[in-house]
Amino acid sequence: MENLLKYIIPRIFQCMIVIFVGVTIVFIVPRLTPMDPVQSIISRVTALVDTDPRAVEKLVETLTDLYGLRGSLLEQYLRFWKHLLSGDLGPSLTMFPASVVDIIKISLPWTIGLMTISTIIAWLLGIILGTLAGYFSNKRWSQILGTVVMCIYPIPYYIIALILVLLFAYLLPIFPLMGGASIGLKPSFSWSFITSLLKHGFLPAISLVIGTIGWIFMSQRALISRLVASDFIVFAETASLPRKKILSYLIRNSMLPQITDLALSLGGIFSGAIITEQVFSYPGIGVVLYSAILQGDFNLMMGISIFSIIGIATAALVLDLIYPLLDPRIRYK
Amino acid sequence: MSAFKELLKTDRRFLIGFFIIVTVIILAFMSFFSPYKPDERHVLPKDQSPSLQHPLGTSSLGQDIFWLLTFAIKNSLIIGLLAVFFSRIGAIAIGLLSGYIGGNTDKVLTTLADSFIVLPRLPILILLSFAFRSNLNFLTMAFLLAFLDWAWPSKRYRSQILSLKEMEFTTTAIFSGRRTLGVILKEHIPFLIPYIMADFISGFLWAIGMEITLSVLGLSNLDTPTIGTMIYWANYYQAMLKGTWWWIGPPVIALIITVIGFYLLSVSIGNFLDPRTRIQRIGGWRTE
Repeated sequence: MENLLKYIIPRIFQCMIVIFVGVTIVFIVPRLTPMDPVQSIISRVTALVDTDPRAVEKLVETLTDLYGLRGSLLEQYLRFWKHLLSGDLGPSLTMFPASVVDIIKISLPWTIGLMTISTIIAWLLGIILGTLAGYFSNKRWSQILGTVVMCIYPIPYYIIALILVLLFAYLLPIFPLMGGASIGLKPSFSWSFITSLLKHGFLPAISLVIGTIGWIFMSQRALISRLVASDFIVFAETASLPRKKILSYLIRNSMLPQITDLALSLGGIFSGAIITEQVFSYPGIGVVLYSAILQGDFNLMMGISIFSIIGIATAALVLDLIYPLLDPRIRYK
Repeated sequence: MSAFKELLKTDRRFLIGFFIIVTVIILAFMSFFSPYKPDERHVLPKDQSPSLQHPLGTSSLGQDIFWLLTFAIKNSLIIGLLAVFFSRIGAIAIGLLSGYIGGNTDKVLTTLADSFIVLPRLPILILLSFAFRSNLNFLTMAFLLAFLDWAWPSKRYRSQILSLKEMEFTTTAIFSGRRTLGVILKEHIPFLIPYIMADFISGFLWAIGMEITLSVLGLSNLDTPTIGTMIYWANYYQAMLKGTWWWIGPPVIALIITVIGFYLLSVSIGNFLDPRTRIQRIGGWRTE
């Protein structure tokens, strides 16, 4: 028990430091850029109507206050942490007066649903195909599969998404062109909503699977082809153990790095899939983040980034804690 | 040189990869002999399909696509190579420092790397390139990409060093009187080289992919032809819908071929330099 605590506590502590440094970087980076959100709002307002310069001055002051941009960088930073620790991410600068937390609450479920499912499907498929291709590396189908994946892997993700849209939403309109569900349907557990959800999610999900499976397949195949030459597999072959058994040994022994990849990509979901959501007009967090960046909406940008940082850091922490359970060779030391 | 000849003779992957990369480099060099300037527009009739005069046709902007592609390949290669060069120099330096020195240096560097790993990279990249759009050239772009891509590789180099330090031959070398620098240069670096090569390729792919992502979002310098900006302009004029496949196709195919070429080269050189027994002695190269 004491050993366990000695293993866990430093890791939790380290995770917190990592989150702290990460959030600090995300705080500083936008402030180093020449973007000025207050000025951009002012110029949008004053472009339409003639305003009294004194009123503009007042407006600048109020906005600076509201967005937490008053004072030196250090003062802003301290105030930012005070708000953050009380769970307040402030108002969105562009969708005022909606708060950042509310905006994230609306769009995050879409992204989580889409990306969790497609990440897990891609991971499972990649592992299974990669293992088979690595084990039967002399078979013809394995070589053909390898070549096909090698050719698909470098295609820019954007092109994959566009081709899918073009084929299945434009030329053969089987799937809807945009959105997360049909307009007018309220989220509920009704049959019509769920079918509409699946129909709208299908193309984005497939594009994500195609886009990520290549790397998983190739790394799994490489891992397996190294394992196949190792003593215990050679021995298992010589002892003519059943194929199924050998394959399960191979998979178990290659799992560690693959689970790391899976956990980190699940943790990375919180910043959304910007390109996918953009191409398919999916109402997820990626689109929100993208427009926040272009409009200089610091609060929203930081809010989403903080979610993402916490997501990945937590995933890494959970990994560290469950490694010893997954791999008997690693023990709490 | 003899190793090169042997590889050419024995490994088909090396032969194909080498052939592809030489072709790509020749294409990139041909840009110096282009009859058109890279930023020249509306000098040719629009939307011509491939012909003898214009081997890959012309674009809706009145450019010759073949010559444009040579510029695009050259520029994309430069950006990718610069980015991978900067990020890997940082990664190797930090990974080696943290692996060899250990102690507090190691703790600080590892925490810093961990903090960079948890950052959402694409959003930060979009933010920075949006903010500095106006003065984004090859060098700044490469620096931006490198800034976000040193952390993972540095951790992997560190873990490689840690496992190399535990190897028997390290102890043997130290007991037979090699100095630390000698151990590093003569005993450890040869083990790292195949690993570095594979890592270079993956970094290069990431950099090119990010350049394309940024260009497609319209956030890079759109007047410089790169593979990404070519795709951007082709899309802007809806090449896929209009059926001008000779505009959108070449940059995508050039990219795929380049990547495959580099991939084949790295796999075959990695195999050549690093016989399986040696890898197994250091326990696989994905030890995290």
